[in-house]
Amino acid sequence: MTAPLSLASLAPEPDPRPVLIRIEGLNKHYGAYHVLHDINLQVREGERIVLCGPSGSGKSTLIRCINRLEVAQQGSIQVDGTDLAASTRQAAQIRSEIGMVFQHFNLFPHMTVLDNCLLAPTSVRGLSRKDAEERARMYLCKVGIESQAHKYPSQLSGGQQQRVAIARALCMKPRIMLFDEPTSALDPEMVAEVLDVLVQLAGTGMTMLCVTHEMGFARQVAERVLFLEGGQIIEDSPPQVFFNQPKTERAKGFLAQILH
Amino acid sequence: MNVEQWLAVVLDPDLLERYGPRFVDGLLVTAKLVAISFTLGAVLGLLLALARLSRSQLLQRMAAGYVYFFRGSPLLAQLFLLYYGLGSLKGFWQDVGLWWFFREAWFCTLLAFTLNTAAYQAEIFRGSLMAVAPGQYEAARALNLKRSTTFFKVILPQSLLVAIGPLGNELILMIKASAIASLVTIYDLMGVTKLAFSRSFDFQIYLWAAVLYLVIVELVRRLLKHLEARLGRHLN
Repeated sequence: MTAPLSLASLAPEPDPRPVLIRIEGLNKHYGAYHVLHDINLQVREGERIVLCGPSGSGKSTLIRCINRLEVAQQGSIQVDGTDLAASTRQAAQIRSEIGMVFQHFNLFPHMTVLDNCLLAPTSVRGLSRKDAEERARMYLCKVGIESQAHKYPSQLSGGQQQRVAIARALCMKPRIMLFDEPTSALDPEMVAEVLDVLVQLAGTGMTMLCVTHEMGFARQVAERVLFLEGGQIIEDSPPQVFFNQPKTERAKGFLAQILH
Repeated sequence: MNVEQWLAVVLDPDLLERYGPRFVDGLLVTAKLVAISFTLGAVLGLLLALARLSRSQLLQRMAAGYVYFFRGSPLLAQLFLLYYGLGSLKGFWQDVGLWWFFREAWFCTLLAFTLNTAAYQAEIFRGSLMAVAPGQYEAARALNLKRSTTFFKVILPQSLLVAIGPLGNELILMIKASAIASLVTIYDLMGVTKLAFSRSFDFQIYLWAAVLYLVIVELVRRLLKHLEARLGRHLN
């Protein structure tokens, strides 16, 4: 006997992946400025999310909160069921499994590319230098920069530096990668090489949250696009919906401006 | 005037034979005095800088007060205060078992110089620590580095590069200011110069001293230049 066609079967299938990041009621103020306003967000394991919105909308602050570079006054962020703010071993462990890539790379300028990649794995994870170096060379190879391992960051181009920064974060074997406008400080001809690395990383099933205005990248890689405005997430849609039928006027205006 | 006559005016062989060895001793005393007090002052100065940059209001104020006092009064006054002032409390120091220290001009001078240079170095370190880009702290935090790792491996090496110029300046000032030690019976370079002059009344003795100070300063300058190039090799 075949099951009768019901409305339920027409609804999108529930995502089987477990929720990895659960943000509830997040509020953050800088003095009188309310930068994050009641943010609720769930990110599933392996999900690839692009955050966009006008400057000052709170998108960078939101991902910086996930990494505890900023601390919100209210609300909670749980990763894998553990509150990030807790002072337990487990929370510390989970915090060390969140990698971050910055707009301005923030490589350590006095260390070679290789040493940049070795510092955290040896000092935080307690890896031997040999193991850490093996791992570092593997990731440097993946981002296409292995031949520059002995150089200092200042000897590399912006695109190369950003790829090193990605490799450095990956050397900690993070479960979540946060990107804060990773291509905004790059010369136009170097954007592609960094985006290629991000696309490749997305293919590995990494959970990614990326603040970017590269809409081509968002279309290609993101599963969800979050549009922020005034510290609130005002759209949360798959890219084809977001780009073709944005729900809010604000998002329409934003897209019109950046897509020309 | 032939060479011999000329030499007799600026570098008289008899005088050199009589006072040369004393000058070597004096040079060594100056070097030791400056090296020890500058190094101890660096450690104390770094701690003071960290205190000034700490979140604790109390630590900030105490460090600021320290710097205010030791930069605001003359080194000579500080030395006299220690040697003649504290040194006059013989009974008290004997009671606490520190008389061996305050009895000796050498220790008092070392202490005064250390405390004084620490104040200047604290300001140098504070400025150089603040000069490290905030992104470096963020990157270190994002990688979950421990605070000690962040400080010693990431922040300090970068701030030292900024500090080395002003630190060299402070070292050179210290070398010259160390002549003050001769006023409390220390036979440093200036001390032996005064001694030699008071016996020979030959003005060239002061010329020797001037040239020797110049030579030390030049050596230090070259050493620092070399060090700066090494620390900054990633910038080339």
